[in-house]
Amino acid sequence: MRGPAFLEKLEAALPGAVTGRNLEAIDPWIEVTPERIAEVSRWLKESSDPRFDSLECVTAVDWCEPDPKKAAKVAWQPRIELVYHLWSTGARVSLVVKTCLPRWKNDTPGEIPEIPSVAGVWRTADWHEREVYDMSGVNFIGHPDLRRILCPEDWEGYPLRKDYEMPLDYHGIRAR
Amino acid sequence: MAQLIDDDPRIIEFDVRTDEMLVNMGPQHPSTHGVLRLVLRTDGEIVSQVEPHIGYLHRCAEKIGENLSARQWIPYTDRMDYLAAMNMNLGWALAVEKLMKYEVSEKARHLRVLIAELCRIASHLVGMGAYGLDLGTFSPFLYAFREREKILDLFEEACGARLTYSYITVGGLTADLPPGWVDKCEAFLEQFEPVIQEYHALLTTNAIFVKRTAGIGVLSREMAIDYGCSGPVLRGSGVDQDMRRDGESIYTAMYDGYAFEVAVQKDGHYPRDHTYPAVPADAVLGDCWHRFFVRMLEVVQSMDLVRQAIDRYSACKGPLGEPLKLAEKIPAGDAYLETECPKGQMGFYLVGDGSPIPWRVRARSSSFSNLSVVHELCRGCLIADVPAIVGSLDIVMGEIDR
Repeated sequence: MRGPAFLEKLEAALPGAVTGRNLEAIDPWIEVTPERIAEVSRWLKESSDPRFDSLECVTAVDWCEPDPKKAAKVAWQPRIELVYHLWSTGARVSLVVKTCLPRWKNDTPGEIPEIPSVAGVWRTADWHEREVYDMSGVNFIGHPDLRRILCPEDWEGYPLRKDYEMPLDYHGIRAR
Repeated sequence: MAQLIDDDPRIIEFDVRTDEMLVNMGPQHPSTHGVLRLVLRTDGEIVSQVEPHIGYLHRCAEKIGENLSARQWIPYTDRMDYLAAMNMNLGWALAVEKLMKYEVSEKARHLRVLIAELCRIASHLVGMGAYGLDLGTFSPFLYAFREREKILDLFEEACGARLTYSYITVGGLTADLPPGWVDKCEAFLEQFEPVIQEYHALLTTNAIFVKRTAGIGVLSREMAIDYGCSGPVLRGSGVDQDMRRDGESIYTAMYDGYAFEVAVQKDGHYPRDHTYPAVPADAVLGDCWHRFFVRMLEVVQSMDLVRQAIDRYSACKGPLGEPLKLAEKIPAGDAYLETECPKGQMGFYLVGDGSPIPWRVRARSSSFSNLSVVHELCRGCLIADVPAIVGSLDIVMGEIDR
């Protein structure tokens, strides 16, 4: 069901959207271009067979710039990887969709990267994207109400980034 | 339309527009089940908008997980859903084992089922008792805690802790059951079975309880799926899904050979419903009453599973096996696993990079998604219905804020 035939249909419906795949992984995943994530999501929810009608989880994984001393040993490209875990309640199968963003928009530290929101496709994404924005610093374009959800609204920085440094104090409260 | 509104006895002042008022509920309101703050926009008694504010219990569990080895993070999972800590331990342990392609011994497998289902009973008892409190009746709470106490005593004997167990761990369990434990557990089940009828008399069929819950906060099937609701909240809306049966093979293999029926209404009937109170006439599928009733049915279902697990566990002759080393290396790659916890589907995602410490740890909380639907359920309800709706979702803030 998540085999090559399924991917062929996706390719035919949205040419060029899928840029990578690994169907032999523990959780088979496909990689799509970030600009087209909303389009692919809508297709997966409404037109694919099985229909992935439930979004379970949105996660951002920060693959940071490695320490210069260790850079030679490190295999990854610095990036923010967004992972969407989908579930089909009808067919009871899951699918993982991944997409990669630059760590900072235009390589300017402090400018967070942007991606279209999928909150219009699955309502679950509303709070999950708010959490990713809050914790990992990704700007979801088209999100109905993008603001911090777990941290206070005036919190600075994105705690789940690997290069995050805990502030020394917060409104006079010692933090570390 | 006017006719409809006239007929609805709940709407008493529809043509009397009063000033809009913002009412702040929480974060310390007792019926919000922890530190949840709800801002209600009200017109008289009618709520037009609810906005939940969460994060008061945020303890950076995911960040901590990126600095500890997989087994060291087990105690932090205890503190997520602290009412069902065993199920949280199990979810994380299985997610790590999935990535490591590790299989526990047969005896450990049955012991895990036994412990997890017992913990489900304990969690649903709190959910039931606290729900009574939300609706203004105190006795069911005491009845529920009396029985829960006995489960906690059993857990204390098994692992030494009463709330945060860390008993189920990566690669097995920390210890085997002490001698005589199984008999005590069987004695408890024997004594507990008739008590469930008391609960039904106290709450399920109680006229006031039915009036407060039947037809209130109706969550449609489509909306439940769209918002990612899970567990009793999803099944209360009539979606036939239980991860113990429908989940991934590493989790369903645990329940291989166990007989249980998913507690969901099919063609207007719950499984085995001839032995339980009939659905009240006012109840609509997806309302607070159905969510509550699914939990009550799951208590019976879990008792059944505990009995089956005891038989299988006692029949196992092999050793329990040792859990993995504290600093066991995690292979590169990622794995996501959802397990059926009492509150819903709890997902754990981890990314390994070959070292003992995971590169990324993510906890997908079931209560988090279940709570996100609250503004839809509370639109247009009465202020007094807000605790009834929030209580019926059976949320735990420790799990939402992590």
